[in-house]
Amino acid sequence: MSEAVSFLNGAEATHNGVTVRDAGPVGMVTLRGDLSAAKLKTAVKKITGQPVPGVRKSTVTGGKGACWMSPDELLIVVPHAEAAAAVAELESALAGGHFMAVNVSDARACLTLSGGVAAREVLAKIAPVDLSTAAFGAGDFRRTRMAQVAGAFWLDDAETFHVVCFRSVGHYVFGLLENGAKAGPVGVLA
Amino acid sequence: MLILECPCCGVKSEETEFHAGGEAHLKRFGPGSTDAEFEGYLFMRENKRGVHFERWRHVNGCGKWFLAARDTNTLEFFGFYPAQTHEPPQDIKDKISAKHPGWSWREFQ
Amino acid sequence: MSTRLSNGGRLVNKAKPVEFQFNGKRMKGYEGDTLASALLANDQMLVGRSFKYHRPRGIVASGGEEPNALVNLGQGGKFEPNQRVTTTELFDGLYATSQNHWPSLEFDVGAINTHFARFLPAGFYYKMFMFPRPFWKHVYEPFIRQSAGLGKAPKERDSDTYEHFYHFTDVLVIGGGIAGLAAALEAAQSGLKVTIFEQTHHWGGRAVVDGAEIDGKPADDWVKDTVQTLEGMENVTIRARTMGAGVYDHGYVLGYERLTDHCPDQDGPRHRLWRIRATQIITATGAIERPLSFAGNDIPGVMLAAALRDYVVNWGVSIGDRTVVVTNNDDAYRTAIALVDAGLSVPAIIDARTDGAGPLADAARAKGIRVEMGKGIAKVKGGKRVEGVAICLQAGEGAVIEEIKCDAVAMSGGWSPVVHLWSHCGGKLIWDEAQAMFRPDPSRAPTGDKGQPFVAAAGTANGNLRTAAVLEDAVAQAKAAVKAAGGKPKAGKAPAGSDAEEGAISPVWLMPQGAPIQLRMKSWLDFQNDVKVSDVQLAAREGFESVEHAKRYTTLGMATDQGKLSNINGLAILSDALDQAIPQTGTTTFRPPYTPISMGAIGGEARDELFQPIRKTPMHGWHEANGADFEPVGHWRRPYAFVRSGESVHDAVMREVKNTRRNLGLLDASTLGKLIVKGPDAGKFLDMMYTNMMSTLKPGKCRYGLMCNENGFLIDDGVVARIDEDTFLCHTTTGGAERIHAWMEDWLQCEWWDWKVYVTNATEQFAQVAVVGPNARKVLEKLGGMDVSKESIAFMEWKDGQIGGFNARVYRISFSGELSYEIAVPASQGRAFWDALLAAGEEFGVMPYGTECLHIMRAEKGFIMIGDETDGTVIPQDLNMEWAISKKKEDYLGKRAQERSYMASPDRWKLVGLETLDGSVIPDGAYAPAPGDNANGQRNVQGRVTSTYFSPTLGRGIAMGLVHKGPDRMGDVIEFTKGDGTFVKAKIVDQVFYDKDGEKQNV
Repeated sequence: MSEAVSFLNGAEATHNGVTVRDAGPVGMVTLRGDLSAAKLKTAVKKITGQPVPGVRKSTVTGGKGACWMSPDELLIVVPHAEAAAAVAELESALAGGHFMAVNVSDARACLTLSGGVAAREVLAKIAPVDLSTAAFGAGDFRRTRMAQVAGAFWLDDAETFHVVCFRSVGHYVFGLLENGAKAGPVGVLA
Repeated sequence: MLILECPCCGVKSEETEFHAGGEAHLKRFGPGSTDAEFEGYLFMRENKRGVHFERWRHVNGCGKWFLAARDTNTLEFFGFYPAQTHEPPQDIKDKISAKHPGWSWREFQ
Repeated sequence: MSTRLSNGGRLVNKAKPVEFQFNGKRMKGYEGDTLASALLANDQMLVGRSFKYHRPRGIVASGGEEPNALVNLGQGGKFEPNQRVTTTELFDGLYATSQNHWPSLEFDVGAINTHFARFLPAGFYYKMFMFPRPFWKHVYEPFIRQSAGLGKAPKERDSDTYEHFYHFTDVLVIGGGIAGLAAALEAAQSGLKVTIFEQTHHWGGRAVVDGAEIDGKPADDWVKDTVQTLEGMENVTIRARTMGAGVYDHGYVLGYERLTDHCPDQDGPRHRLWRIRATQIITATGAIERPLSFAGNDIPGVMLAAALRDYVVNWGVSIGDRTVVVTNNDDAYRTAIALVDAGLSVPAIIDARTDGAGPLADAARAKGIRVEMGKGIAKVKGGKRVEGVAICLQAGEGAVIEEIKCDAVAMSGGWSPVVHLWSHCGGKLIWDEAQAMFRPDPSRAPTGDKGQPFVAAAGTANGNLRTAAVLEDAVAQAKAAVKAAGGKPKAGKAPAGSDAEEGAISPVWLMPQGAPIQLRMKSWLDFQNDVKVSDVQLAAREGFESVEHAKRYTTLGMATDQGKLSNINGLAILSDALDQAIPQTGTTTFRPPYTPISMGAIGGEARDELFQPIRKTPMHGWHEANGADFEPVGHWRRPYAFVRSGESVHDAVMREVKNTRRNLGLLDASTLGKLIVKGPDAGKFLDMMYTNMMSTLKPGKCRYGLMCNENGFLIDDGVVARIDEDTFLCHTTTGGAERIHAWMEDWLQCEWWDWKVYVTNATEQFAQVAVVGPNARKVLEKLGGMDVSKESIAFMEWKDGQIGGFNARVYRISFSGELSYEIAVPASQGRAFWDALLAAGEEFGVMPYGTECLHIMRAEKGFIMIGDETDGTVIPQDLNMEWAISKKKEDYLGKRAQERSYMASPDRWKLVGLETLDGSVIPDGAYAPAPGDNANGQRNVQGRVTSTYFSPTLGRGIAMGLVHKGPDRMGDVIEFTKGDGTFVKAKIVDQVFYDKDGEKQNV
């Protein structure tokens, strides 16, 4: 195998104190099943070191964790090289039950967006989401529309947004974020 | 532009996150049905100015389908409920009755 | 003449002179000027020409309601037509030109129309251009097109940028006058999130011009303090130069912020479109003064009374030395007093009322101003500029009593609350007889998602004209809004306002009351579109009784100002003509935006690279670097062909087909949809989704399948691979992945929700390459890894393994008829795998190929393509694909529909191959005519071409088409239209042109 290459090969841009970065290859597994089942909870804990996230929450810290995608779907996040093992782990832990575990690491583009309040405003230029600190905090996860494509993001403890979209439009989302950063702050969110 | 509240993930957001899917509570007719039954299933739709039950999908969100009761005249939503049901929940019907006494929609009232 | 006064001008900074150009003339203004005030300070009263008669037009207002003064602004990439000078802030280097005239503003040939005005009444165009019919196309339309339109369309790309911003607020206050400020402050004190917009760059609205007092201090001071307080509050967003453009369903509001219009050299977006969700909205949008309808009221120098006052007080600009004030209310007396205070002359105040004037009239008289009660203006004298007025009795028919020389006329017909934003989303109005105005009916507010009212009007916009009432109303509305938004209003009273007492208005819709036709023909209602009192009366006589019809017939209120000045006067005239009360006539519909907003702001970031998301495969970069001629397929861009230097696109396609059939071709097939369907009921589910039987497919095998909708029509096709007992991988068309994924989820969530099946769209997880041609196996064997022999992996089988060190899933499927492997590798390795194939394939004559080559090869094999052979009305049976329809299944989506009599009829158009007798290529989509005409007198048809190509393999044109009972007519020759009036003969043949027995793909 040759080395995994992400959608923009690690590109990065900084404008007005906001940095947009291709987060590189990230391991991701779509897990569908009964999120309240004990076996699933145990398996998720074993793989991510975290409990199953609550509704519209992310437990991802240090590149490991899970995001709540829908009432029967999680996005498991692990280092890129560990995704296949995570699928295998889930396959064996949940064998016999009705579930689905699919490696989607390469199907998606992951970006990070940092720059404090200014970063919030950059995201608020493309997503119809209240991104004030009161409405969206660390550990919150949101699937939404970003300009003309579907996407999702969560906020980590260091005030960095992790943005996920389909790989084929990664450059578009990168462009949106960079464009928003270039245009400068709006001066509303605090 | 409408605001909808997805009963599956709890997000309250604008219409651009959602996709409208036409009339709710349709009963599917397949092989063995009469021409009239099949025509009704495929083509006959309510077109009232007033209370309406309809399908929506949270397409730029959790991806789930759900149902909604909406007044097509005032755009008021009386409630959102899961797609896995054959009739509107009683509390939503009560809310509609409070505003539109004597309403009916297909077999529901 | 109009000029700058030595004193006054609260908004201009005389320490900062600014230079600008109008029609090539250099002029001077000051920082704080609008283009309007600066033009007037330079005695540029004439600024444009009206739309129909090309009459000279001057500035008539001081704000967004201005109907006349539209100019072309800027040059090159910053050029923009139809900009209102009253809302354009002056900056150094501003460049403006006037519009709608030829050859010049001062001398306009089109003005000849004004002499024919009696021949150009309302509806003239409708009546005149009907006959003779052929004249429309060759004479009338070209002429009208040439003279239509105001400004010129920009020729260059817009050099500015724009952006959107999603904003959420509990209370949104629109309008930064004293009502808006008081409401915002009251709401903000509750701690809720409050946003307040003011469309101009200065706060306070009319109160600061008119000298009101608030809490014992001048309004100006109170405004400054309040703005400062609001700016200091963390829960408040406060923006000047931002207009509430439209109010929409469920509290959605568009705000239009003009960031750099006043400083175009500054970096950053020019406009920002605020996309706001507000729980409660307060429209504190003030009121607009109405003109009076008298003969010559459109002559430059006739201006709204309050606008005249604005120019003197705000910008220190005098419109004329001698101003006659004409009014039906007390407010206009303020203008007279302000003018006299500024040292200017007011020869007379003409008051149409016989009595009732209040203390302001006394104050005017005390300043020595002559007040004439019960009088009106018979006509204004002058052409391009007011020279005087003729006075008459308001109650009479216009007999002139006296002529007064003057160079400006200040008119006031009363005030109309700005109810636009209230009305945009369904707020209703009531007619206030006493104040002669439509104002919001608080019991019929726009309602939101829970049926709750979400808009309240406040202050003057709510029909309150006096300062104290304005402030009390604003605070009361704010308290109610806070409660409705879930907050707790702070206890406390409204600021105390005081101003001069006012007598009652007396409505005047025509001056004088009995004006004869000669005067009514010169009494303008709509200044921009040239609609006069006589036109509306004519419309009523001709039966256009509905206000909406009369509007469209006369074009009243249809100009770029949307009738802000003209509508109420117009509908009063209409009501009078119809002999009915004004509320019975009603208003036309108020539609957003309040004033025009830029196309750039609407587009936001969506331009250039961000205009549309272009989807790219992992190999896209290679394609770009290697001559790919891209074509759009959904949002993907797929290489149509890889064009080498010296080649035409056609040459490249021919080369790619020949090489793939002879040697080795590579196709980037990553865009094909890949849906993973898993669960104990997956087989049962796919049996419903596909016309074929999928549940019997063995793991390790592939099967081509068709999908129909419930109408029975084909919607997608693709190869299904069974991965294991519970899991299938379904390929969809390139454009179909998201659609079919949604389709599957729909049925699983809404119909068969008890079936245990999960679906995931894994399309982009894989880069997929079709390795095609006689050398396909050789290149894979050279790369090494898994056994790719026929014995190990037969046609229509798949296998996981390694190829050249890459983890790969290999499908032996063929869309070309050649030996073919479709190989999926992780997308992150896609480019490396592609490169490895190219390197290893060199000795086998490898060449990548594009979608056109793919199409030709599939057409040579008679394979259908969704979107070519299907158009949403085609069932599988039409394509002779009964072999792909399971006879054993009781049900599948579309089965019942395909049993309907019309679908099952033997009389349908069916798929056949077509071979031209002369070997040429039939035009795509060509129809085959049949004898006779249909009921509409159109030629009957018996078939059409669905796919047509030049086949380099066969050296001739080949085609497929749907032909009436086609398969029963093998060998028949029919004719197809070529689009140029000639026909081409084609023989009906089998649709498979190449390797009929499929020997090549099965090796």
